[in-house]
Amino acid sequence: MTEQPPLRKSSLISDQEAENITRVEELAYEIKVQEVMTPNPITMTASMKMQEVLEQFRVARISGAPIVEEGQLIGIISIEDLIRCLIKSDLEAEIQKYMTRNPFTVKGDDPVVEALKMFVSTKVGRLPVVNKEGLLIGILTKGDITRGLLKALQQDYQTEEVRRYRASHLFEDIESERTSLILRYNIKAGDFTHGGEASSKIKRALSRMGASPQIARRCGIATYEAEMNLIIHTTEGGVIRVEIEPHQISIDVYDSGPGIKDVELAMKPGYSTASEKVRELGFGAGMGLVNISRCVDIMKLESVWGRGTRLRMKIFLKKEDTVGEGHAAKSLEEKR
Amino acid sequence: MKLNEIVQKLNGKVLNSKINLEIEVKGAGGADLMSDVLASIQPQAILLTGLCNPQVVRTAMMADVLAIVLVRGKTPPAETVQLAENERIPLISTPFGMFEACGILYQAGLSCLEKPVSDQDCFAG
Repeated sequence: MTEQPPLRKSSLISDQEAENITRVEELAYEIKVQEVMTPNPITMTASMKMQEVLEQFRVARISGAPIVEEGQLIGIISIEDLIRCLIKSDLEAEIQKYMTRNPFTVKGDDPVVEALKMFVSTKVGRLPVVNKEGLLIGILTKGDITRGLLKALQQDYQTEEVRRYRASHLFEDIESERTSLILRYNIKAGDFTHGGEASSKIKRALSRMGASPQIARRCGIATYEAEMNLIIHTTEGGVIRVEIEPHQISIDVYDSGPGIKDVELAMKPGYSTASEKVRELGFGAGMGLVNISRCVDIMKLESVWGRGTRLRMKIFLKKEDTVGEGHAAKSLEEKR
Repeated sequence: MKLNEIVQKLNGKVLNSKINLEIEVKGAGGADLMSDVLASIQPQAILLTGLCNPQVVRTAMMADVLAIVLVRGKTPPAETVQLAENERIPLISTPFGMFEACGILYQAGLSCLEKPVSDQDCFAG
């Protein structure tokens, strides 16, 4: 596992750090206050003595506490209030003399970003957290938020790392004469909205299995063009089948019609039978099959008019490009 | 050049939120034909295009495009924005036309990341 670069204090931030910051901002919207707050905080009542506040703060090592009356939040007492009291040597006074009444609160199911905004606008050090009924359920400090976000960030990072690690070693411990992983995708005719979804998934799967960016890109482009062909030209859609082996990727794209009248002509750059609508989408310029042939090592197009088309492609993987055996991951590590 | 500098230079409007504008952009390419993008654009480039459909985002993903700039002040359909949001690809709208937008970035020193595809002679009849 790679180590995260340490956070620097300078105002210059690296791309890596900037990426993390954006993710933190995202998390601030995703995570709810109740996930990061301290639940069941120590509470006090308005009639207690300031002496007890001093004791509680010292013993529990806290710097503030909500004041409740029958479960309802009525105020908050902080270390600043205690200092004011100490200056006057007034420890015998009741809390209600020094507490802040009707404090700002946040709701448990608010996103963390709401609490952050409130910390900025009110300059308070802690916020009592209430539920929908207005009952106290916890207390929140900026420290709680930082800890919560860091934890979430770490989990995020580890989940993807674990996924990648597992996938990239998929074939390592399986013994057979020939091991492969097969991915199948059904593509609907005319479904332009989802055009490219299967190819995105294929590309992502390959990256996770340790394919180099170049291999993932070549495979992605080839399957994407083929996927668009199924959407644009077929009557009933078709299937993309990808077989991944440590030494090669075999892509099979087939449909049941209408088929290509003249395969040789279809392979010519610039030849297209696509409609105006398809051209408006940026496709149908007759470059699809040409693009595919540039991305793969072997390409075979067979078609029978009225029966269907089958496009078979292969990408060979050199030792350093192999997927699912951990080699790619290892060589990357060495480069680091 | 940083992506946020590009946004600034193009007077651009960023259309999605969960993205990082601090990334370093190596260069750019401009095209409306998605197959041309797939064939000629180099990884880590930004794509300037007049097309607004979700296929632009898919194409960008396949070709490892870092960000998409929609020229001529176009507003893309909601599906395009949603897909860009899900896939975390920055989507930027600029009021400039293709020619001017490319000119501004080229003049500012951004390199061209389009490789020629001269071996792809186009069908002539």
